[in-house]
Amino acid sequence: MRVAEDLNAALHAVMAADPAVYLLGEDIADPYGGAFKISRGLSTRFPGRVLATPISEGGFTGVAAGLALAGDAAIVEIMFGDFIALAFDQLFNFASKSVSMYGSRKPMRLIVRCPSGGGRGYGPTHSQSPMKHFIGMPGLRVYELSPFHDSTAVFEEMLATAEPCLFIEDKVLYTKQSGTAAVPFHWSSDGTIARVFLDDHPDYILIAPGGVAHRAMEAMRSLLTEAELSGTLLVPSRLWPLSVTADMLDELGARATLVVEESTAGGTWGAEVAHQLGRPLTVVHSRDSVIPTAAHLERDVLVQPSTIHRRVLEALRD
Amino acid sequence: MRSILLDPAGTKPADPSDDDLEALLLIRHFELALLELYSSGALNGTTHTCLGQEYIPVAVSALLTEADFVFSNHRGHGHYLARYRDPHGLLAEVMGREGAICAGVGGSQHIHRDGYLSTGVQGQSLPVAAGLALHLRRAGGGGLACVYIGDGTWGQGAVYEALNLAALWRLPLLVVVENNGIAQTTPTTSQMAGTIADRALAFGIRHLAVESSDVAEIRDVLADPVELVRLGDPLVVEFATHRLGPHSKGDDVRPAEAIAAAAAHDWYARQLRDGDQRFTELDAAARDHVQQVVAEVAARPASVWQDAS
Repeated sequence: MRVAEDLNAALHAVMAADPAVYLLGEDIADPYGGAFKISRGLSTRFPGRVLATPISEGGFTGVAAGLALAGDAAIVEIMFGDFIALAFDQLFNFASKSVSMYGSRKPMRLIVRCPSGGGRGYGPTHSQSPMKHFIGMPGLRVYELSPFHDSTAVFEEMLATAEPCLFIEDKVLYTKQSGTAAVPFHWSSDGTIARVFLDDHPDYILIAPGGVAHRAMEAMRSLLTEAELSGTLLVPSRLWPLSVTADMLDELGARATLVVEESTAGGTWGAEVAHQLGRPLTVVHSRDSVIPTAAHLERDVLVQPSTIHRRVLEALRD
Repeated sequence: MRSILLDPAGTKPADPSDDDLEALLLIRHFELALLELYSSGALNGTTHTCLGQEYIPVAVSALLTEADFVFSNHRGHGHYLARYRDPHGLLAEVMGREGAICAGVGGSQHIHRDGYLSTGVQGQSLPVAAGLALHLRRAGGGGLACVYIGDGTWGQGAVYEALNLAALWRLPLLVVVENNGIAQTTPTTSQMAGTIADRALAFGIRHLAVESSDVAEIRDVLADPVELVRLGDPLVVEFATHRLGPHSKGDDVRPAEAIAAAAAHDWYARQLRDGDQRFTELDAAARDHVQQVVAEVAARPASVWQDAS
């Protein structure tokens, strides 16, 4: 099954399971089903609970927060994750704050889906990875779509936390196969962290969210065939609060650990991971740049398998 | 769909009922007590008093039911007291004392209890209220979401996104605008082009202008239009009102004549001037009551934030 189908099935499942769940966003109604077709079939199946909105991210994210405040649950589709900037006040000053600023814990079941990332030539305002702007916001959790996590379970978990959740979806994942590791690697998952590995004694560890998992696996292959280095990839579903622990790294006992993400440089998730884990960690991210449209320029800015390959060799040499 | 002006110019307002007068006086003396507490250094942070505007929530609250949800703002003490008559809880919240509505975490401008919520960011509440109204409409109990905003709030784009959705989706949304002619220190004439009425009408939303401060008269005029809101016909009610005090504290830069002009509309001064025995008695009782509340709450231990992470 493709990741897009898995995600669509997850939305169907949570809306079928709970009549209080709404979906809001631009152009999400059938037959279009959203810019990336992730919301396909939902407006037909759940009329009245799937609300195609005007171009008003701040407005409809606020509406979703109002539904959550009233005890319903709301899933918001931001057409391109970059546009979440327009809903920042509702998330930063209202939805996340409401969880605790009224003195007792207030359940706020709100999920904001953000198709993110580059690699598709959409240019500087349609290709960013916005999660770094939401790290360390009390009352807000950050998750990322992953090919190694069952999206239905992840959506159930996010709703069960009763806190607003940002769900980052790297657009390049939509067409990939779900639950498939690159040959010759195996994979396993405890539901929280997925592990892609060759053996139990890796030379290095990569920590990477779902969106860069395929690039990480490609680097693991080239490092194996060209340098006979064995790696283990850890893919967390929840990025914040951090779900990878220092114990996991110590148990694997690798000589180097790298955290890889597509965000451009500065205030990255990876920097916070390194800080929290308290281990010597190499942080790998995209260049400090806008994300260009032309394929050759975009490739030069964004993290590539070759970037990861090179940084692993450097880390092991140091 | 039209803009209606309710203006009883020249007529002397009727005396409010005992109950309304008690509510008006409770809010007045509560706000005065807060300013005193701030000047004496007894309070942390800041406050925004609604001196002169008390009659608006007193009039509106009687039109609301338990099924309705009220959204308030930074200048919200009157909205809260008119609905719940709970000066102890509110003062404890402002002072960070035991019995605070929100454990002292929210303070003056972030308060939430069943059917009531205030936030400190201008315009933010309107989309949230639209969502709440969507919930209420689906619940089918005839409830509405009532949002208090000011004239300054109309500078925020969130207001227009919410009005568009409310009109488009026929949401039971009542927007109460307390147009006191000034946003912090900026006169409305310096920050708003056109009118609130025209802005509401642009979305096909009914607009009512109210210049009266007569509680009973306001209710008479609003009763039917508010019932229509419950059927999914949103409404903007714009009160022409007057802020007697500063935006928060010690920050009133208006010329003396502007402050005097606002004071000339003060319902309290008018009642005091025309007042009979009943007003004098209720006024003294409210002042005493608030003083007791202050003494009692100030003596309480500090609030405890049980859910602190």
